[in-house]
Amino acid sequence: MARSQALEVQEKKEVVSKDEKTVPARYYVPPTDIFETEDALMVVMELPGVEKQSITLNVENNVLSIDARIDFKKYEGFEPLYTEYNIGHFARSFTLSNKIDQQQISAQLNDGVLALILKKAREAQPRQIAIN
Amino acid sequence: MATLFPDSFGALLQFQQALESFRTSGWLGAGPSAGGGYPPINIFKKGDDVVAIAEIPGISKSDLEIQVLGKTVRIAGRKAVAYGDKASLHRRERLEGRFDRAFSIPFEVDPDQVKAECRDGMLALYLPRTERDKPKKIALG
Repeated sequence: MARSQALEVQEKKEVVSKDEKTVPARYYVPPTDIFETEDALMVVMELPGVEKQSITLNVENNVLSIDARIDFKKYEGFEPLYTEYNIGHFARSFTLSNKIDQQQISAQLNDGVLALILKKAREAQPRQIAIN
Repeated sequence: MATLFPDSFGALLQFQQALESFRTSGWLGAGPSAGGGYPPINIFKKGDDVVAIAEIPGISKSDLEIQVLGKTVRIAGRKAVAYGDKASLHRRERLEGRFDRAFSIPFEVDPDQVKAECRDGMLALYLPRTERDKPKKIALG
């Protein structure tokens, strides 16, 4: 899918939700691409600075929620001189349709990008019907 | 500058507020900053060192090129987002493309001592001063 868009900095959007987090720090909404293939729904989100063990994936009541935390300990002793972006945890949730097999969700993290593979339930996959 | 206690309640928010306040800092000065704003960089002081940290999610070492000359640092590369032909797009928020950004810092960098770390979509550049550019202590007679 060719797309010649100029690459520019996306200002981080803060999470606005009616449920407050218990951690008193800013949470951001990670830029996410969602696309569908024949047998799965792919959710790809950018989580720069987040390590595998700091991501919590949860599926409950048909809602998939992602909570990804930054390890601020790495910034101990660092004093800002000049900044262009803020640093914080990430959170986002999506309501899953019943097309998704909620038992078969897998995830991969590479270079700060989390790719979630949500396999479609067997009934939702396109089926060829043979004509006799 | 407040010291950080990572386990302390509220210290996180303090750090974030500090980052916010340094957005209008004139530290980077009016040097030649060519090539657009991507990737976004934060510059920190850690003891005597200066560290530049850029957010480059989805960009691996092989897609990245870093050059240092005098007081200028150049970060160039390509951010690719590819999903294959058989995909039907529901939502598109990630951006992709080539980037080539140069920024100047207020001291000369020793290119042989620069350390670059690229991990989890973050690039950290440790920028040490050249011997010549290090402030010398003046002894009081």
